[in-house]
Amino acid sequence: MCSGYRIELLMSVWLLTGCHHASHDQAAVTTERTSNGVIASALVPGMIHGASSSDPRAAQYYENPQAVVEGKRLFSQYNCSGCHSNGGGGMGPDLMDNQWIYGDRLEQIHQTLVEGRPNGMPAWGDKIPDAQLWALAAYVRSMSLPQTIAANTGDTPSQTPAPVPREAAQDTGWSPPPGTTNDYTDVIKGPQ
Amino acid sequence: MCRERILTLLLVGSVPLAATAQTVPSPVPAAEVFTRESIGHALAAPTPQAGHTAPSQANAPPDDGQWTMPSKNYASTRFSSLQDISPQNVAQLTPLLSFSLAVNKGQEAAPIVADNTMFVVTAYPNYVYALDLTRPGAPLKWRFSPKPVPASQGVACCDVVNRGGSVDHGKYIFNTLDGQTIALDVNTGLPLWRTQLANINLGETITMAPLVAQGRVYVGDSGGELGVRGWLAALDEETGKLLWRAYSTGPDRDVLIGPGFKPFYAADRGTDLGVSSWPPQAWKIGGGTVWGWVTYDAELDTVYYGVANPGPWNQEQRPGDNKWTAGIFARDPASGQARWFYQYTPHDEHDYDGVNEQLLLDMPFAGQMRKVLVHPDRNGYVYVIDRRSGQVLSADPFGPVNSSRGVDLQTGRLILNDDKATRLGRTTHDICPTASGAKDWEPSSFSPDTGFIYIPHENICMDWQNLEVNYIAGTPYVGADVHMKPGPGGHRGALTAWDPVNRRPAWVVKENFPIWSGTVATGGGLVFYGTMDGWFKAVDAGTGKELWKYKVDSGVIGQPISYRGPDGHQYIAVLSGVGGWAGAVVAGPVDPRDGSAALGFINVMSDLPKYTTAGGTLYVFWLPH
Repeated sequence: MCSGYRIELLMSVWLLTGCHHASHDQAAVTTERTSNGVIASALVPGMIHGASSSDPRAAQYYENPQAVVEGKRLFSQYNCSGCHSNGGGGMGPDLMDNQWIYGDRLEQIHQTLVEGRPNGMPAWGDKIPDAQLWALAAYVRSMSLPQTIAANTGDTPSQTPAPVPREAAQDTGWSPPPGTTNDYTDVIKGPQ
Repeated sequence: MCRERILTLLLVGSVPLAATAQTVPSPVPAAEVFTRESIGHALAAPTPQAGHTAPSQANAPPDDGQWTMPSKNYASTRFSSLQDISPQNVAQLTPLLSFSLAVNKGQEAAPIVADNTMFVVTAYPNYVYALDLTRPGAPLKWRFSPKPVPASQGVACCDVVNRGGSVDHGKYIFNTLDGQTIALDVNTGLPLWRTQLANINLGETITMAPLVAQGRVYVGDSGGELGVRGWLAALDEETGKLLWRAYSTGPDRDVLIGPGFKPFYAADRGTDLGVSSWPPQAWKIGGGTVWGWVTYDAELDTVYYGVANPGPWNQEQRPGDNKWTAGIFARDPASGQARWFYQYTPHDEHDYDGVNEQLLLDMPFAGQMRKVLVHPDRNGYVYVIDRRSGQVLSADPFGPVNSSRGVDLQTGRLILNDDKATRLGRTTHDICPTASGAKDWEPSSFSPDTGFIYIPHENICMDWQNLEVNYIAGTPYVGADVHMKPGPGGHRGALTAWDPVNRRPAWVVKENFPIWSGTVATGGGLVFYGTMDGWFKAVDAGTGKELWKYKVDSGVIGQPISYRGPDGHQYIAVLSGVGGWAGAVVAGPVDPRDGSAALGFINVMSDLPKYTTAGGTLYVFWLPH
């Protein structure tokens, strides 16, 4: 845990100075962390939809254009893009589609960032300030929205991601309107 | 040519970029790369009459029909002298059996055959299967599950591959993604020892095939895209105890450089160059991993291995030659002390790891027989190096090259093309070869009958822009936005039969997709290889003519082998299962709409899902009798 604490301090230095240069500390980001009991997946045995908890801190990050812009900046600064690319994935899963292994509400994404996930997602809970984790969660949720995909794939001169709509907080899950995104992988045609 | 380029740009400009991310981009124009004649160099003209090219008997003993190590022999010729299967009868080659590996990720391993048992290690979670070749259907003798830590998947840069194990003295020895080396009893499948070598919390994994030679096991780390510090370790084969570990960067005492270090070129002489050729402290996170092929030379009692790229990819964050990355070490096996080093790509700025295979051959050069190693590098050149001294005798391009203008054979230094330098805030277009190289890890073979080296490789180029990157332990440390594209001609792969004596290709077979499988050459006059769209093929070793092909269940990126079965007949085996860096678009959790995904490979492979699906199967082929 000492090593994790050092990393947090180093990050504070970056934030204060705006310096993006590497620290050469060999401190490890631990990938194991005990759960604090928050439900991490919408899939809850024996429970009906709507029964899972929500976090009041999440509310301010919906319909929040500043949060997603800040989240996009942090997504690069904290090397999220190293694994998830510009949403297309690589070492980590892609974030452009509408599949959410651990849930798509902002508090669920925040929880994933805090706790890490067993197949290699690091736990960032005690290493990144919480407000930044919420901004990152908002941007991650935004990455499958049509406007954000367009911005991230160069389809538009604007690089501004879309704010997360309030509907995305619904317990039943929410998808962008049909035909606007996520259709690409539904049908793949063979070579012509 | 200029007009063509302008037209291409206009076309791209008129189509939404998001659409181009889902279609394969236009190839780089042929005029963008240098000709072989203009950048290939040798210290002397070819003298083929001075002798026959072949490995020495010490490094390639007479074929016993087994396949106990991925490279077949110390010389790494991957040549099977078996002759049952020939150009005359290969049309009758047919599957004898298939066996599901229960893992649908990239399968890069070579099946191993020893004492009539076949051993296969899979991609993560690194199952090991032992199959009894003496009984119909080759039933399972045992299966071992090493249970690597699942989080290791999250620090594996380019799929969760494994390049195979080896059998020696009753043990099957292999590595796990989470950094262990394990020796199993070949009869029971029970571990005799397991040694933890890599630390995933620092971003280290292990994907390479260990080399077992003279009672030692050589293992190196992966993780050059995560700011790790590369190393090669030697373990005692009987106990698994660490004998020595040589780092690729840092002070001489860590690199195991001492009085016996005699590099051929002046640029490699000096004290603690592994520190002084970096910005302060950068060597600690500078990469130089050892994830490719380690070779033992029984004649000169020397170990050779290539060192991977420096990190991060953004070269502007690490001015200097960045020793000892992107080069090759020769070491004393007992002490680990370095004998010589040669840097293929000083201050690499295109991700040109130096980890590809080295074939140990006796070859005529300048009128006499020389003990050389031949190495086709990611940077696009086939190097012929005197393996006693580390002197480069010749370096010739075998794929598309414009990132450099040849190798200066007086200084040994690669001559960079400033037009293809990589920069922050500016995209450099049409760099050849691409980051994964004119050729990646997939190993070549050599036939002493033809004298050709059968190089499976890529024909891919790229656009590159540097990005500022922070070091955070256990996360990617890359700093580049890369988009790959096909090389001249549009075919993305090639099998080149390279004539090392005359320094030219004898023939080239073009493939639509990059060839990410190894090759095996046989005494019957055939060369076998697989394609990423799922064809397993045999071509004539002399002419390259395609003589046979069979469609397997998934793309092939494994290493084919040839062996003699218990009945005395020749068999061919290979793993299917597409993946790896090039196959991430099929095997990985990747969205093809983002061309920068999987470190830029998706841009040039977005059509692969039309041709194949994920899989993982062992195939054995035979001539029915």
